[in-house]
Amino acid sequence: MDSLIEKLKADFRIVEGLRACINCGTCTAICPAAGVSDYDPRIVVDLVQQNNEATLKELLRSDTIWLCGECLSCKTRCPRENVPGYIIQALRSLSIETGLFMESKQGRKQFALKRTIGEHILKYGYCVYIDEVNTEMYPEQGPVWDWYHKNREQILERLGASYGKEASGSLRKIPEESMNNLKKIFDETGATKRFEKIEEYGRANAQQQGIDFGPGNTCDYFKKMYEE
Amino acid sequence: MKAEAKNKNWLAYQKEIANDKYYFARSCIRQNVFPAAEDVFLKIIGQELSKDIYDDARQTTCTGIAYHSGIVPFETTMTVVAHQFALMNEAGYENFVCSCVTSFGIYSEAVESWHFFPDTLKNTREALKRSTGKTFEIPRNLVHASDLIFKFREEVASKAKYRLVNAQTGEPLKVVDHIGCHYAKIFPEKGIGGAEYPYVLAGLIDEWGGAQVDYPERRHCCGFGFRQYLLKSNRGYSVANSKKKFDSMKPYKPDLIIANCPGCTFFLDRWQYTIAEMEGETYGTNGYGIPVLTYEELAGLLLGYDPWDIGLQLHQVSVEPLLDKLGVAYDPTNKYKGLYNADLGRPAMPERLKC
Repeated sequence: MDSLIEKLKADFRIVEGLRACINCGTCTAICPAAGVSDYDPRIVVDLVQQNNEATLKELLRSDTIWLCGECLSCKTRCPRENVPGYIIQALRSLSIETGLFMESKQGRKQFALKRTIGEHILKYGYCVYIDEVNTEMYPEQGPVWDWYHKNREQILERLGASYGKEASGSLRKIPEESMNNLKKIFDETGATKRFEKIEEYGRANAQQQGIDFGPGNTCDYFKKMYEE
Repeated sequence: MKAEAKNKNWLAYQKEIANDKYYFARSCIRQNVFPAAEDVFLKIIGQELSKDIYDDARQTTCTGIAYHSGIVPFETTMTVVAHQFALMNEAGYENFVCSCVTSFGIYSEAVESWHFFPDTLKNTREALKRSTGKTFEIPRNLVHASDLIFKFREEVASKAKYRLVNAQTGEPLKVVDHIGCHYAKIFPEKGIGGAEYPYVLAGLIDEWGGAQVDYPERRHCCGFGFRQYLLKSNRGYSVANSKKKFDSMKPYKPDLIIANCPGCTFFLDRWQYTIAEMEGETYGTNGYGIPVLTYEELAGLLLGYDPWDIGLQLHQVSVEPLLDKLGVAYDPTNKYKGLYNADLGRPAMPERLKC
């Protein structure tokens, strides 16, 4: 069986993102995540380039790899053309593939992301859709969103959108052929498998903790992963 | 550094932008939060400038938000990108223009990956063929929608009813430009002006009569962070980074913020509301926020489009202080009306942010 290091190096984003880090810390200086949390991309890159199996495993089961915001400011500034943001993507993929993501609080939260943006894609054809956005889940949307959401049919009609219609335009109903193609691409390229894995692990975790588990975003397990 | 010298630096990064015949890709976020903005863009390009731009009902997300949140593998994203390109090919176009900055980064990243790792191109072609039966060609020209507004900024100015000038004093309005990180930080050579001195929005400010605001955190991220914003528990990341920018720009007293990324526009608007309600701090004058517009909303406004027909009533930060400065004529009683003047009530007022 391939080691974690071998699996990680098979990801072309590691080839692209990790040349030789000189530990200058420029990435950390520019990093928005480093400014607001205990996240240090310099350390992540340094740990990965140590090529130590145990160290890598610790990283894959930690919260650390989930703290990056993927702004990729690090790519612009690294004097050696490393890309910590790409390395993070490869680490996250491997963490999910190996199931190690369930050993960190932040990793377990992938469940809530799958249940929201992941499912929106296969339901609406887009990551976000107005019907699914409310101020209970997104209070920063403010009172203007409550008014817009409540009156969306009339407002979107006035603004010329194609809300729910089989036509071109904003917020239209995506044709069945395109929706089927999205699903077939997900099946073919590993997204469906990743979704299933996140669901299976989430269900097992909920059962283990005795937390209510059901579809959608109303069960207690979803709320715990989304809010806490 | 004086502004003229900086502008020369910006000009060091140029890019090819096709002159006509575009396939348009919509944005997940922009459609929902600023639902008229993309149609304003299509009207400007298609009707004002008489260009051929195609709005395909069959298009979908690029999955970029899901990819950057760690929900879908990059192999999936590359194949969805290939599907979008196949739709463009079938429609008879070869110039791809996208509304979303995350998407622009995604499309660029896929094309670069295919170039430097040819196996990924082969695998993507095979995956698309097996799953959908489609084949695809890479676009001849790939740009962001703000690139087109930049390219045609002089034409827009020549048709504009208003300029970025205070109608009372004649002084240029002070405008903050915020460039979405994935416009040029990933591939600086693909952005007008590059990553350090992007000119794609600054060029609009210059051409349309405003004054750029050069503040310390000008290039800092808005704080989207993908999974950091999308999870309620992690959202402090997002508001903290936006606040860093607001605190940095406040001493310069900006009249307006413009952004080319739909997410950034949303965050810079909504986090002002949040900070006002949580901390009591406001960044505009007299308790208002600083109005935040997308580039196409600003272009539409200057062209004389009714602010309530282009969706400016859906911003949480009130745009009226900006409209008054510009001298834009508007009917306040029409702001919250539906089609044919239907009465839709009005939003509740925030407790602290003046609207």
